Amino acid sequence: MSVQKDPINRRRFLAKTVLGFAAVSGSLTMPAALRAQGSGVKIGFLHPVTGALSYSGQQGRIGATLAVDEINATGGIKGLGRIEPLLGDAQSTPDGGTAEVEKMNVAKASCIIGGYSSSICLAVSQAAARYDLPYVVDVGVADSIVTRGLKNTFRFGPGFGVISKTALDNLVTINEAAGKPARTVIIVHEDSLFGSGLAKLLNAQLPAKGFEILETIPHPTPTRDFNTVVLKIKAQNPDLVIPANYYNEYVLLARTMLEQHVRPKGIYSVLGGAASSYKFVREFPDAAKYIMDCNHWFNPKSAKANELKKKVEDQGQFFTYELYMNYNAVHLVADALEHAASGDRAKLIAALANSTFVSPIMPYGPTKFVSGNNEGAAPANTQVLDNDIKVILPAEFANAKAVFPVPT
Amino acid sequence: MLDCAPPLATDDVLSPLILITAALNGLMTGSIYALVALGLTLIYGVLHIINFAHGALLSAALFAAFLVWQKLGIDPYLAAVFLAPTFFALGYALQRFIVGPASRGDDRNMLLVTLGLGVLIENALLYEFHADTRTVELAYGFKTIDFGFTFLAVSRVISFAAVFAVTLVLWAFMRLTDTGKAIRAVAVEKLGAELAGIDVAHVYAIAFGIGTACIAVAACLLIPNYYVNPSAGNAFVLIAFTVVVLGGMGSVLGALIGGLLIGVVESLGGFFFGESLGQIGIFLIFIVVLLVRPRGLFGASA
Amino acid sequence: MKTFVPIAVVVAALALVPAFVDSNVVLNFLIVTLMVALAGQGWNILGGYGGQYSFGHAAFFGTGAYMTAILQVRCGVNAWIGFACGVAAGAIAGAIIGGLAFRAGLRSSYFALVTLAFAEVLRILASVTPVTGAGVGILINLDLRAVSFQFQSRAMFYFAILALVAISLAVTQLIERSRFGAWLIAVRENEDAAQALGVDAFRVKLGAMIVSAAITAAAGCFYAQYFLFIDAGIGYGTWISIEALLTPIIGGVGAAFGPLLGALMVKSLGETAKLITGDAPGLDLMIYGAVLVLVIRFAPRGLVGALADMREYLARRFLSPRKRALAAHG
Repeated sequence: MSVQKDPINRRRFLAKTVLGFAAVSGSLTMPAALRAQGSGVKIGFLHPVTGALSYSGQQGRIGATLAVDEINATGGIKGLGRIEPLLGDAQSTPDGGTAEVEKMNVAKASCIIGGYSSSICLAVSQAAARYDLPYVVDVGVADSIVTRGLKNTFRFGPGFGVISKTALDNLVTINEAAGKPARTVIIVHEDSLFGSGLAKLLNAQLPAKGFEILETIPHPTPTRDFNTVVLKIKAQNPDLVIPANYYNEYVLLARTMLEQHVRPKGIYSVLGGAASSYKFVREFPDAAKYIMDCNHWFNPKSAKANELKKKVEDQGQFFTYELYMNYNAVHLVADALEHAASGDRAKLIAALANSTFVSPIMPYGPTKFVSGNNEGAAPANTQVLDNDIKVILPAEFANAKAVFPVPT
Repeated sequence: MLDCAPPLATDDVLSPLILITAALNGLMTGSIYALVALGLTLIYGVLHIINFAHGALLSAALFAAFLVWQKLGIDPYLAAVFLAPTFFALGYALQRFIVGPASRGDDRNMLLVTLGLGVLIENALLYEFHADTRTVELAYGFKTIDFGFTFLAVSRVISFAAVFAVTLVLWAFMRLTDTGKAIRAVAVEKLGAELAGIDVAHVYAIAFGIGTACIAVAACLLIPNYYVNPSAGNAFVLIAFTVVVLGGMGSVLGALIGGLLIGVVESLGGFFFGESLGQIGIFLIFIVVLLVRPRGLFGASA
Repeated sequence: MKTFVPIAVVVAALALVPAFVDSNVVLNFLIVTLMVALAGQGWNILGGYGGQYSFGHAAFFGTGAYMTAILQVRCGVNAWIGFACGVAAGAIAGAIIGGLAFRAGLRSSYFALVTLAFAEVLRILASVTPVTGAGVGILINLDLRAVSFQFQSRAMFYFAILALVAISLAVTQLIERSRFGAWLIAVRENEDAAQALGVDAFRVKLGAMIVSAAITAAAGCFYAQYFLFIDAGIGYGTWISIEALLTPIIGGVGAAFGPLLGALMVKSLGETAKLITGDAPGLDLMIYGAVLVLVIRFAPRGLVGALADMREYLARRFLSPRKRALAAHG
């Protein structure tokens, strides 16, 4: 599978003479012919394109680039001109992210978008806060990112709290619609910030909804083999398995369950790493069948979303959540920049705080930021049906009905 | 439609059948650890270096096996037959022309050189192939053998048998051929071997080459049940070190027994304590062996 | 006092940097570099002077970081006191691990591997136990006041880490010139001979381990104050074990300034590689790895060794025989 080369030759912003301890100046030149009216706006795009998270980082960068190209193709932001992207590599670590923030600040970025992993987002948000530099989180779901009182930080997508609550409410709905066949649950989660945080919330909320948690199984990323985990699932025979982990582990888990003929009444993931992934469905259709997920997802009824999906797939890539979450973030910022009518950071923060931007491709309500958390954002419930990923809830965006329990 | 496995006929999670299954799983994962460790133990036993490039080499071998499958349609088990000599040559060249000259025999420098090499290889893979995960799809990919109380994947059973075969071949090589004896001589007493006319640089390179060839075979055996990306090999390095220490540095038999043992410990540890905490059993064994019997089960006395 | 002049000069020079440079890009780079140098200073005492190569210094880095984070977040302890406790905790960890390893007589590769194992055990424990926040990690509250060991200005953080590095340099120099240092070096050169001459090798190695652990733990505590977030992978991950050993080896083991020089070189190399290669992921690290191999090929004793070689070469070329003799014995 090849990755498309960048269509525009991007000149990387330069930080001079770190070695010589001389003064640092950021500079970036754009050929005069490319400038429209307005002198342009610089936006920093910070993704972990190397290191452990490189696949997600690269997908995120592709999504951001897509949005930038789209906007620039029509002359850029009204009144301000083209977006000049400053690409940064967070190297999958918080210190890598912090160093890039410093460089982007010097290069006079009006805003930074990205981060991906919650620990990187935490470091980036506090580094950017020193300069009152607006920062829009692309994915990072930890609630702590938006509860620290940092005025510069915004997250367009939903966080842990909303996701786990929605996931549970939807689970109850699906379960009741099927006559309540499910009662017992086993949770399998990866053991860092994302998985553990989610597992904690689920443990607190599931019993109240009438479910019994038989076991909560943490596992490291990476995990070499899931046979022991599947053995435990088989031995305890839960009605539901709830995985929360990253792509590779999710796939291994699903494959092993298939191999061992372990078929609970349903696999219901929350932020499942592969559940809402076309790559997984394409490569392992038998293992992926009927899996449900509550995750970031686009609105399948949106023409624009489908058009974007087709465009991405024609380029040979997968339409993954990192991609469209970044796409959204860019459009959110572009909208705010237009309202602010200026690349000034303080004005941009104010414009973002008051934003009512509606994304044409997401199943969200109108934006409403409360301490940086977008209350209009929501996850969607998907299920793998007919070798495709369909949305089953919320009803207004659904394009299929849930199949539960899994037919035997 | 997929048939459902009947729930294990017991309410007690600790029933013997389940534990036996866990142990069996452990033996199978352990066999792969053994093969990865085999390469490491040879390199350690002879060159006395901890090869930091081991994980990256495993990732490279996984990519090689993947590409051979993708471009030529060759099954990984068959690919092992020609990937092993290819990687032997690669390992030989690496030691003879890069690691050896750069380190000039100093342990510490060898450490750093292999570290640099590891970073170089892993990122070369990243640059060339990008970060997305690849998997192979085999006709028998999900076929299992039904043992009644559990299903064992065909590919894992084949891998298990193959590891024994490779270990046997290697053991025979070390015991019975002149080269094998030369390697063992250099491992025990380098100066003496040199005085006896053995070309030490050549022997070092052969040992490294064999170690790398083992990695290549391990990759071919692993790929049906795992995935391929530039950092995939790193997950196996620490556990391979543990096997090497447990089995005894430089011991072929030790790597096999150690690997199987560690696999079982990991499986049972994961079963009782969860996958995350369960890993601790491995390292505790590591520490205890080092503190109490550093030469491991079959190693030569220090 | 004379022995501290070089340190004072270097530290003073570094202290002047913020007066000329107000770019936070540079300051941030230097802060992280100095932090890594500090971790390396710790390693160097045990590894460079003592000859015991540890692959698990993350065990002390993480212990320091977690201790101070836990005390601040769960017990409301003041950040500076937390820092001191973190350093003490690191020292204790060093005593335990060193005690076990040295008592068992572990040397060279075996010692290296056991330290690696201890670091891994701690990492796994930290990722599952509630007190360290398990997988979620610990987030220290943002509170940019000096009393909380957090500062609005990056320059203040710079001075803080510089002060820590200065202390570690002084400690290293003191050890180097002391009897303890002589014993330590004797153990490094030939442990059995030293033992035969009456040096208590166990105590000497253990002492070095404790000091080494305390210094690296200080680096961990500083990390926690600077980045405010710690989890098992960050605190106990192999990345810091590798940085802690890489910098002294590159800069020159057994030399007081080795880790500092090494850190500057290694970090600058990383930045330069990024500059040259632009956006292509992985290319900069490829260069980094290649340069590492080349450095070992051509400057195996690290930068300090290379400088010494160069000095010797120049002396041979340009000095009279008498001066040459004097220089050789200087």
